[in-house]
Amino acid sequence: MANQALGTPPLPGPQPLEKTAVLVKPRGEADVLARTGSSLWPDRIFSWVMLSCALCILALVGLIVYELVKGSQLSWHASGWKFLYHSDWDPVNDQYGALPFAYGTIVSSLLALAIAIPLAIGVAVFITEMCPRRLRGPLAFATELLAAIPSIIYGIWASFILVPLLRTYLEPFLAKYFGWTGLFEGPPLGIGMLAAGIILAIMVIPIISSITREVMTSVPQQQREAVLALGATRWEMIWTGVLRNARAGILGGIILGLGRALGETMAVFMVIGNRPEIAKSLFAPGYTMASVLANEFSEASGDLYLSALVEIGLALFIVTIIVNIFAQILVWTVTRGTPARGNA
Amino acid sequence: MPNTTLLSNDFAAAPVSVRRRLTNMLATGAAAGAVLLVLLSLGAIFVYLVYKGIGAIDWNFLTQIPKPVGESGGGMANAIAGTAYILLIASAFGVPIGIGAGIYLAEYGRHRFGDIVRFTADVLNGVPSIVVGIVAWAVVVVGHGFSALAGSVALAIMMIPTITRATEEMLLLVPNTVREAAYGLGVSRWRTTLSITLRTASSGVITGIMLAFARVAGETAPLLFTAFGNTYWNWKLDQPTAALSLQIYVYANSPFDEWHRQAWAGALILIVLIVASISAVRLVAGRGMLKGAN
Repeated sequence: MANQALGTPPLPGPQPLEKTAVLVKPRGEADVLARTGSSLWPDRIFSWVMLSCALCILALVGLIVYELVKGSQLSWHASGWKFLYHSDWDPVNDQYGALPFAYGTIVSSLLALAIAIPLAIGVAVFITEMCPRRLRGPLAFATELLAAIPSIIYGIWASFILVPLLRTYLEPFLAKYFGWTGLFEGPPLGIGMLAAGIILAIMVIPIISSITREVMTSVPQQQREAVLALGATRWEMIWTGVLRNARAGILGGIILGLGRALGETMAVFMVIGNRPEIAKSLFAPGYTMASVLANEFSEASGDLYLSALVEIGLALFIVTIIVNIFAQILVWTVTRGTPARGNA
Repeated sequence: MPNTTLLSNDFAAAPVSVRRRLTNMLATGAAAGAVLLVLLSLGAIFVYLVYKGIGAIDWNFLTQIPKPVGESGGGMANAIAGTAYILLIASAFGVPIGIGAGIYLAEYGRHRFGDIVRFTADVLNGVPSIVVGIVAWAVVVVGHGFSALAGSVALAIMMIPTITRATEEMLLLVPNTVREAAYGLGVSRWRTTLSITLRTASSGVITGIMLAFARVAGETAPLLFTAFGNTYWNWKLDQPTAALSLQIYVYANSPFDEWHRQAWAGALILIVLIVASISAVRLVAGRGMLKGAN
């Protein structure tokens, strides 16, 4: 397939190469023609080199899959599917069950989404539909800046600023008024699932809101004008004319944010408490798949221990890939019509 | 309100009900509130970084290596240099491959195989950084030990998809007439791609590279068990090497106030480097010749 592609150079541009040569001929520019002919081999070699760069990308993903599968073989043979639903994580006795990590990853990510979705959509709506044109650029830049802050800086900020705030203000408040739900029980430690959820929420807001913005701007302007002409208020216009048309893309953005939250390591690792337990209360410390890797991988002794950790990495890889692919498809279905780049 | 004076009786025939107006106002307020909350957290992060970090940054911090626990002073010079070193080697792998794959996708890859590569690049972009770390560990560290090279490989893997997609996007913005003009002058295809097309798109491509740079510069997770960290200077490819992000992590997790102070200082330096590169990107991209086409 690749060869065929190389043999007949497709768009853009180069197709009319021969035609150009014919056009030039009558003017007797012999050396130009000669040069075109002699560039056949350099052109081929160049396209091969570029192709090999592209193949590198395929090879890298292949390498990731291969190494993860190879590394987790030992653990897979030792415990099979049991690995995923057992909750004992006891390296001393070579007992490895990944359930507490899967639980921690899922709960912290969902909590983050619950906080982030309304905020991110609010930000996107404000920037694209409500704010004065002059503020649009700076506000968009500010939210994107949030995406550029590295995980470790979120981590240090969360563990020195956010955690004490939670411990002294938010958690006692939640325990007092919402303790009956059972979600906010136990000593307010500051560190734990709630802190992880909040910091993750701050980290995924820019992703969700930038995709929501992109999708909202791809909704045709006539749509807005039509709804307004029917006498709708601005909010009714946004709700029925814009958000409803963009919902598949917004869902895609949300799922892309989920993908980021699932794989996020340092910030979560520094505030979640790192205890392999499953607790109902959001105040309780937990553990996630990414943070157990960060914490235990470099000091893991014993082949089975190491293999179990690699298997967690494999599981994390598979989950994030599925989530990301799903999100990509959703975003594509919405934005496909507007910018006609990428897919020819 | 000026609006009411503008509306004649014909238009005001069906006044908007109180409930609908209230909903409109509430929704506007909620959206503005969301923006405020997000800006507040952004502000809180930056204010604390500056407030906590600025005091610990002095000449020693920038020129000395870490002191043992208990001794005051010392700095992160080796970690700052280590980050630059690791990033440099990562770019040596990542930038050419990324640009090459981008050229392939834009100039040759308008078919099914190109779609597969495009899709794979997006998949690679979504791989959690810690998983990339494991793979770099399995390929480079096992049997050879922790090394700067291993850290660079991990970061290069993370840079490639970003650079590839940015390069492709920018090359596709270059009008076909530019290419045809070059062919018309008898310039060969490879020469056109490198000296005309890529050159035209260069500001956009540089933007992509800088963004990839900013993205991996603060990465910690993939370095934990590849570059590993080091309290001394190291310029050897096959030895453990300090990195700013690793040093911040180690210091932040320690029980010592002095080290906490230095962790904040390190974090401030890291964010200044990243924000500076992103602002530079905006400046370049804002002046770029392809801005109008975007």
